[in-house]
Amino acid sequence: MKNALLTLTAAAVLSLAAGAAQAATKICFVYVGSKTDGGWTQAHDIGRQELQNHFGDKIETPYLENVAEGPDAERAIERFARSGCELVFTTSFGFMDPTLKVAKKFPKVKFEHATGYKTAENVTSYNSRFYQGRYIQGQIAGKMSEAGVAGYIASFPIPEVVQGINAFLLGAQSVNPDFEIKVVWVNSWFDAGKEADAAKALIDQGVDILTQHTDSTAPIQVAAERGIKAFGQASDMIDAGPETQLTAIVDTWGAYYIKRTEALMDGTWKTQSTWDGLADGILQMAPYTNMPDDVKQMAMETEAKVAKGELHPFTGPITKQDGTEWLKANEVADDGTLLGMNFYVAGVDDQLPQ
Amino acid sequence: MELTEAILFTITTAATPLLLAAIGELVVERSGVLNLGVEGMIVMGAVVAFVATELSGSVYLGAFSGVLAGCALALLFAFMTLTLVTNQVATGLALTILGLGVSGMIGENFVGQPGIKMDTITIPVLSSIPLIGKLLFDQDLIFYISIFSVFGVSWFLFRTRAGLKLRAIGDSHGSAHALGITVIRTRYLAVLFGGACAGLAGAQLSLVYTPQWVENMSAGRGWIALALVVFASWRPLRVLAGAYLFGAVTIGQLHAQALGFGIPSQFLSALPYLATIVVLVIISRNKRLTLMNTPASLGQSFVPDR
Repeated sequence: MKNALLTLTAAAVLSLAAGAAQAATKICFVYVGSKTDGGWTQAHDIGRQELQNHFGDKIETPYLENVAEGPDAERAIERFARSGCELVFTTSFGFMDPTLKVAKKFPKVKFEHATGYKTAENVTSYNSRFYQGRYIQGQIAGKMSEAGVAGYIASFPIPEVVQGINAFLLGAQSVNPDFEIKVVWVNSWFDAGKEADAAKALIDQGVDILTQHTDSTAPIQVAAERGIKAFGQASDMIDAGPETQLTAIVDTWGAYYIKRTEALMDGTWKTQSTWDGLADGILQMAPYTNMPDDVKQMAMETEAKVAKGELHPFTGPITKQDGTEWLKANEVADDGTLLGMNFYVAGVDDQLPQ
Repeated sequence: MELTEAILFTITTAATPLLLAAIGELVVERSGVLNLGVEGMIVMGAVVAFVATELSGSVYLGAFSGVLAGCALALLFAFMTLTLVTNQVATGLALTILGLGVSGMIGENFVGQPGIKMDTITIPVLSSIPLIGKLLFDQDLIFYISIFSVFGVSWFLFRTRAGLKLRAIGDSHGSAHALGITVIRTRYLAVLFGGACAGLAGAQLSLVYTPQWVENMSAGRGWIALALVVFASWRPLRVLAGAYLFGAVTIGQLHAQALGFGIPSQFLSALPYLATIVVLVIISRNKRLTLMNTPASLGQSFVPDR
């Protein structure tokens, strides 16, 4: 066994040195959830399948599911690095530090970490501008909600989630200045029961639109049961609520995975930090359903404007929750601030956990 | 008033699986067996109930299959620990890991599919009592069973001869054996009952709580059920109180968040567990009382010497 591992590693190193891989190149994936979770991880796995189909026999794409964030992640990533993977995609925010640690030990292996902000010589970070989709959802919510209050089921207070909450609210306020959102943190990415409980609590308190930054379809099911509308997350969740889902943010990672694997194969892979959005197709909106035509029209127009770069969701004037000014009129937020976002904009009915 | 009713309704949904799993484990532990595989049996119950419902179209057949799945795992546990006399703690842990793995495999093609929700059964007249009527008498079958099981188990343990024998085995299997009580057979039955309850708790998760199957959907509820048994110092009615207290704190913290109280959500999420610890500390201060209820042979293997 040990010998086999050694040979494998040696072979990988040799083929790298030779510049041209004769055997199949190993592109490996580490998932935080199950590949059929109906949300986040499923979206990554669809990307992986597209990658596999694109290159056929030339590559292998082993993956590990349900890898817990923390020390376990480091072991899983290291196992891949040792087994001859040339490029490893680690697809959850919490894999950031483990990825960097392993990358230090294996300087010849390339790593790509999703949704983080740290990079290294052989570690790239890639992310999607989910907030663009959230802004569109917010606008739809602003038009569709009669109560003027939306419920937001949030996972962990990290910048990516805070961005989403702020973008959603700004979108809603662009059509209804008095719009409010209630936020419930479930402190988990994936716990169907807890997400359902949070959805029920929010609906009981009078919200008539739900959106979520957690990965199960349970909130949509609850919304369907209670007869209100909701938005899907990470994958198209229309099956969970055919008459409930307004639209969903759909992550489409396939094109990015193909691009990066090509770069690896022709030797042009360099560390970078990409943050693509609607314009690049890494983020797509599920069909706009269950809404009147004028709302649909508005959503599609906004989508086009955001994709073309004519509209940036974070454009001033924007005030922070504590009343201080963040952006002056027509000022656009810089990516650095967005990636480290740790404050709410005015109108969020919640205190940000620190 | 409407909000109170809605909150109470959510609490019953959250408390029912805990109550069922804990009441089953209570009987198991009263007979002197410690089965740490509750989590595994719940998750197996959930997946089998969901798959059977999808295939047959009947939620009741599904729930029954979930019960059988829980029993099947429990039987495996009983065979290992009672017949082969393996270590109960290690076997129980293995059972949990086995259940989580196998359930993932069985349910792979069913993940994320919208399921069928078990209908409520409305009891006429009683259900029109204001406030509690809808709450207690317009619920699904599994809720009724959960409440009934508490009183049933309480009656069985403390009012019947068979219950007395079961407790005797749990307190001193050697003495019970000497008196001619069939230790192993009784323990087999107790473990199977625990499996059935855990399986039904799982069925509640995938047919009532969130009608869908996702891997690992028990999300630690088996462990909470185990803690509840100790929390209740092996008394059925206290299990009822404990499960509902736990459910209330869990749901209450979500409402507190939605109302926008300025309390950190991490603290609120930890609240149910903190409450459990506090009560455990209070209970264990009275040593005599604790000892009186603790099955003395808990977790010890029994080999008849003649």
